[in-house]
Amino acid sequence: MTQTTAGETRFQTTIDADDKVEPRDWMPEGYRHTLIRQIAQHAHSEVIGMQPESNWITRAPSLKRKAILIAKIQDEAGHGLYLYSAAETLGVSREDLVDQLHTGRQKYSSIFNYPTLTWADMGTIGWLVDGAAIVNQIMLQQTSYGPYSRAMVRNCKEESFHQRQGYEIMLTLSRGSAEQRALAQDALDRWWWPSLMMFGPPDSESTHTEQSMEWKIKRMTNDDLRQKFVDMTIPQAEYLGLTVPDPDLVWNVEREHYDFGDIDWDEFWTVIKGHGPMNRERIQHKVGAWEDGEWVREAAIAHSEKAAARAADTIDARGAA
Amino acid sequence: MSYSVPEVPGQDIAADDAPRSSSTGWPLWEVFVRQRRGLSHVHAGSLHAADVETALQNARDVYTRREEGVSIWVVPSGEIHATDPYDADAMFEPFADKPYRHPTFYEIPDEVGYM
Amino acid sequence: MTGFATMTDPAAAYVLRHGDDNLVLAQRLSEWVSLGPELEEDIALANVALDHLGVATHLLGHASQLVGGGTTDDDLAFQRTEREFTNVVLVEQPNGDFAHTMARQLFMDAYQRLLWEALAVSEDAILAGIAAKAHKESLYHFRHTSGWVVRLGDGTDESHTRMQAAVDNLWRYTGELFEMDDLDRQMVESGVGVDLGALSGPWLHAIAAVAADAMIALPDEVTQRGGGRRGFHTEHLGHLLSEMQWMQRTYPGLEW
Repeated sequence: MTQTTAGETRFQTTIDADDKVEPRDWMPEGYRHTLIRQIAQHAHSEVIGMQPESNWITRAPSLKRKAILIAKIQDEAGHGLYLYSAAETLGVSREDLVDQLHTGRQKYSSIFNYPTLTWADMGTIGWLVDGAAIVNQIMLQQTSYGPYSRAMVRNCKEESFHQRQGYEIMLTLSRGSAEQRALAQDALDRWWWPSLMMFGPPDSESTHTEQSMEWKIKRMTNDDLRQKFVDMTIPQAEYLGLTVPDPDLVWNVEREHYDFGDIDWDEFWTVIKGHGPMNRERIQHKVGAWEDGEWVREAAIAHSEKAAARAADTIDARGAA
Repeated sequence: MSYSVPEVPGQDIAADDAPRSSSTGWPLWEVFVRQRRGLSHVHAGSLHAADVETALQNARDVYTRREEGVSIWVVPSGEIHATDPYDADAMFEPFADKPYRHPTFYEIPDEVGYM
Repeated sequence: MTGFATMTDPAAAYVLRHGDDNLVLAQRLSEWVSLGPELEEDIALANVALDHLGVATHLLGHASQLVGGGTTDDDLAFQRTEREFTNVVLVEQPNGDFAHTMARQLFMDAYQRLLWEALAVSEDAILAGIAAKAHKESLYHFRHTSGWVVRLGDGTDESHTRMQAAVDNLWRYTGELFEMDDLDRQMVESGVGVDLGALSGPWLHAIAAVAADAMIALPDEVTQRGGGRRGFHTEHLGHLLSEMQWMQRTYPGLEW
């Protein structure tokens, strides 16, 4: 047993008091690693999550929907940026994290490895995917690491319109023609189960949950968050007149929660391991954009160096005069 | 959006987090935003930019696109100097026992009115 | 559907051509989303796209009011054919690399800065209001874009070569910005429109200043390619529209 240092004591006191840990505080290596991994994955998810939706910007069916979709995806870029910034307070650089994403050493949410096939998918992503994300992020506002918590507060504030615009699309479709209702149902059928998988494996198999809960990085378990999401979402689906694709779904009077069917965890692990319907395409798109942008990033640095050198020359010249 | 992704069983996480590329990206800047006239600039977050002009422009696009500000400062992150958290006791605790600096320390009869 | 081919109201046709410039440019810029050279620039380009889309929506809305008969802004955006679009051909040119997008944007920003300033005192009060708002946006766009043109032009050898190539390639589409046709002349007479010819001098002056900072040589006289104002487009527009209008064409008459 190693001796408890002043830093350790202070860290534990901070956690116990529900206070926030800040970047320059001492923290256990495991805490730092877990945070870097989680915040980076969260940031990658925001950024990769731009792709399934940007797939529909140029085909958005009205001027209003086009503007909303651009603004929403732009927010996701912003959220990725806030999160990378939070991770950078832990002593890693955004470049390193992006490199780990591009080389498959860090992951992003499994949900973005499914294709967006119809306009109705823009509705279900907003309603279900952002809905699930909000459940998770509201919990993460209470996370023990200050910069992560602050990023979550900002995300949640901005993201409240995301779910509403998605639900509004679903509402318009469900009140529209038979063809539009069919689009809405088809989208719900395809996105329902992947949305439930977003919360991660069941608590019984989630190896890191216990430690993360102790450190107050996570404040609720995967299964609890999933249950909360299901309970929230079913009445919304009923209001739309859509059928959730789960024959085992039933209100449990005793538990006062919905019981729902078994999740296909084989599918989940297949996607996490990189063999989902869109894994390759998502990374290829991201790496392609990064490589295409390299000369631009280099030019900006080169120009700033030239400008600085010229400014220094001017000062020298003045000094000599 | 968000969520933590579980690691695939058997994967070595520690090795995964080790940075492998060296950083040659755009420098990091801290952004301070004045929400409206009369208020101080408050730290909003950070971003990457190659020069001060783009730092200011990016700050505008990233941190004020919902009308959150009327003025922006950007500072290279390396130029921020901070107190040491280890030093917090010595720095800040001495102020805890000086209640006479606060107005509530003094008792003024109600009849005197607001002071 | 060619119901809009003969835009009988000249005021509507005039508003619409400027609306089309912004709609097509917004559509092009929005193609950049998720493909920017860095997250910060992705966000910046999306803001510029949203500004142009906003102006387009206002102008198409105004034009649809002038057309009357229950026509909407979406009808004008999604139901007209390639021959009925009257944007300048510059804005329909593909994004190309980042340098091409910046060159196209620089030419448009410098033009719109002058255009909106002039239209802000139009006799058409609604158009004037839209122009006044758009003018502020164009001032910012010009600052953002010219900064990038200078950075690329005076950056690395590669970025300089790319920036110069982009200016050279797109220069032949800039003459159309200042071409006056009958409709323009009619609108100038009625106090609604702008004398575009008068804008070309200040435009060239602004472009030359940026080019000098960017170490970019402006091309000599080249044969100009216009025609967009009368629906004589490059082949790119048809593809842009077939994508943009796909939903409305596949599922006609529905609300989304």
